[in-house]
Amino acid sequence: MALNRKIAYIDLTTGDIQTKAIPLAVRKKFLGGRGLDAYLLYNHTKKGCDPLGPDNALMISGGILTATCASATSRTHIMAKSPLTGMLGSANMGGFFAPELAWAGFHHLVIKGKAKNPSYIYIHNGEIEIRDARGIWGQSVTDAQWSIRQEMGDEEIKSCVCGPAGENLVRFANVMTGVKNAAGRTGMGCVMGSKNLKAVSARGTMDIEIAHPVEALEYNKGFISQITSAKVNQTQGTLGTPFIWGATNSWGGVRTRNFQYNQCEYSDDIEPERIDEICEETMGPYHMTGCFGCQVHCRAQYKIPEGPLAGKYDEGPEYTSLGAFGAETDTPRALTVLTGNHLVDQFGMDNLETGSLISWAMELYELGIITDKQTDGLDLSWGNDEAVLEMVERIAYRKGFLGDALADGGIPASKKIGKKSFDYLIQVKGMSNLHSDERATPALALNVATASRGSDHLRSRPAIDLYHLPEEVLRKIYSNPVAYDGPLSSEHTEYIGKPWQVFWQENLYMGVDCLGICKYHTVFLGVTLPTFEEWSKVLYFNTGIEMTPEEIWEVARRCNMIERLFNLREGLQRNDLEKGDMLNHRYFDEPCRRGALDVIGISIDKKKFVKMVDELYRHQGLDKNGVPKPETLESLGLENEPSHLV
Amino acid sequence: MAKVLYVDHEKCTGCRLCELVCAVSHDGISNPARSRIRVLKWEAEGIYIPMTCQQCQDAPCLNVCPVKAISRDEELGRVSVDYNTCIGCRSCVSVCPFGAMNFNATDRRVLKCDVCDGDPQCVRFCDVKAVDFIEAGEVAIRKSRKAAKRVSDAGKQAADLQALI
Repeated sequence: MALNRKIAYIDLTTGDIQTKAIPLAVRKKFLGGRGLDAYLLYNHTKKGCDPLGPDNALMISGGILTATCASATSRTHIMAKSPLTGMLGSANMGGFFAPELAWAGFHHLVIKGKAKNPSYIYIHNGEIEIRDARGIWGQSVTDAQWSIRQEMGDEEIKSCVCGPAGENLVRFANVMTGVKNAAGRTGMGCVMGSKNLKAVSARGTMDIEIAHPVEALEYNKGFISQITSAKVNQTQGTLGTPFIWGATNSWGGVRTRNFQYNQCEYSDDIEPERIDEICEETMGPYHMTGCFGCQVHCRAQYKIPEGPLAGKYDEGPEYTSLGAFGAETDTPRALTVLTGNHLVDQFGMDNLETGSLISWAMELYELGIITDKQTDGLDLSWGNDEAVLEMVERIAYRKGFLGDALADGGIPASKKIGKKSFDYLIQVKGMSNLHSDERATPALALNVATASRGSDHLRSRPAIDLYHLPEEVLRKIYSNPVAYDGPLSSEHTEYIGKPWQVFWQENLYMGVDCLGICKYHTVFLGVTLPTFEEWSKVLYFNTGIEMTPEEIWEVARRCNMIERLFNLREGLQRNDLEKGDMLNHRYFDEPCRRGALDVIGISIDKKKFVKMVDELYRHQGLDKNGVPKPETLESLGLENEPSHLV
Repeated sequence: MAKVLYVDHEKCTGCRLCELVCAVSHDGISNPARSRIRVLKWEAEGIYIPMTCQQCQDAPCLNVCPVKAISRDEELGRVSVDYNTCIGCRSCVSVCPFGAMNFNATDRRVLKCDVCDGDPQCVRFCDVKAVDFIEAGEVAIRKSRKAAKRVSDAGKQAADLQALI
């Protein structure tokens, strides 16, 4: 059954491998996936450890429901101390790896040390082996995966790999599985590279008994209907995530030219319908694909239609690639986006960070802060498609001054470049912001500023705040599973009630990450999707664990608090521009210059923003400095951390 | 006339939910190795093809079985294994031209699609209808319509070109 899946502790320096069961008490405290990873990270690393050193621990996991009869339990979670931020490193991806790992007998891997030579870990039905990867070192993300299959003579092997960017220690290199599934953020692929670890491969045929199979199957049927009946998921299933980009851009919420504008003009060539057209032309009418067990099928397939890479197959481009290689750099051309997307997928590098840093460099180039000397003659003018694609490659292989500097991440690069470059860097805690512009949405700005892994939209974003839902609908959503009788506002430009929404979403997303289910299957973009109540039933039918919605909420709070403890241990300070819960001054000082009437001319009110952070801390049980109060830790059972239960 | 499983591989999104629900509904266990339907993939090209038993009229598995454990069930339109008679020699696995007769190493017995006694769960859960359960005679007409559509599209395209010239 799901609960007998184990943890494996793998030391790449010594080759020592230990496996342990996960006690039920630990399950009830942290469930699995991201939550248990956070506990393991806090317990298995020491304060101030070098993110690229052998003491950093790399966690790879599935959720407690992975590969059970619950919809879309495809998610693989990766965690370590981040080489990009020096704080929490954490990233999540779809695909088919985590279920295969579960069928191979494991839910969690804790990888420490550094292999002497390039290596990969092969896991097969309870057995773990460290194998030589010298033959595949240097290979692209996909080639490496196909090579392992060929070497082992098994086409069903699923692998998590780092690409050339990870090998070259690009601080925002990602971990990938399949053609395009990426645990994109915080540089987890860089940690793999630093450990000489090219891949972790799994193949399993071990039974996972379902606690109540008949009920689980029937409940899943209804659960899936609830998910696929949401209009937002139906649209995702035809246009993919680009549809969000189209809607956001037409309204005025897409960063353009780094942070100069909030809307990309002349974007016809990268609108969702145009991208869909290219997918259809190159892959036929049925070009949508899905992760394990998912009926939303939000990933498009395409082939690059022309140019030097014409005919290359890839998946996406997602929302983020449209922003990173279309809007931010002001190159709204499909060919640039599709090619840029393919390059980062092959190099194994976070598209978001890559595009964001390139657009930052372009703004510095415009301002004269960097010149042709630093760019080695490359013309980094806005809208230069070739320069954008050239920079992607220079970063992955650390070519030239600028490629090498950007590969170290924004803050270290700003120190190398000097002058006022840091002022233009759109980041929180050392990680670049998504291309979405949050100046007209205080709730989303608060989310970006306080997210545990640095600037991020997938940790606590109340995206439904943009829908102007009636207050009674908001109240119904946000008063479950714990009561909330404070204010709520349907107005997205308001500051009232937003901290509670951010707090609630933070716990919701942690919950879904512990279970191993995709965020599109909960209240992220759709209002009617499953939350704590449904999860309580899914958890019971599949694992037999009886937990109330309130208890799952408590688990989520506990796991979020562990992430907070980790960040505080590694130097988080509330107002620190490099390591704090603070936004770049441009959010406060530069009003939006484009967009709809409710967007144009707007910026974040700093006083009100500070008050929102205060209020969020109160909900979280933190003091004014963002440090947990002793009674909070006690109520969550975290007063003795690290407690080394596993 | 009994219905048959019809796979339209172009529609398959590759999610493998069919494998999951097949194993869970038959054995109460999640494990693709227990599934009677398998999605074969060419991931580098984005091609996914679900494969399952064709319930052949002249079934090699039935013909080869040395103890006559395999028989045709005309009412449900399926070829079924009688586990009381089966000796587990796996001859049927060897001869199946589709690899649809599977062998489960844990239970040490063969397994194949039984169309869930007329309510196939893979079909019930596949929203995109890459697997469907239809009259055998209906399969050809569906395929004909699809092929005719291609001819029709080509015709229209040619007409457009004519207009351009």
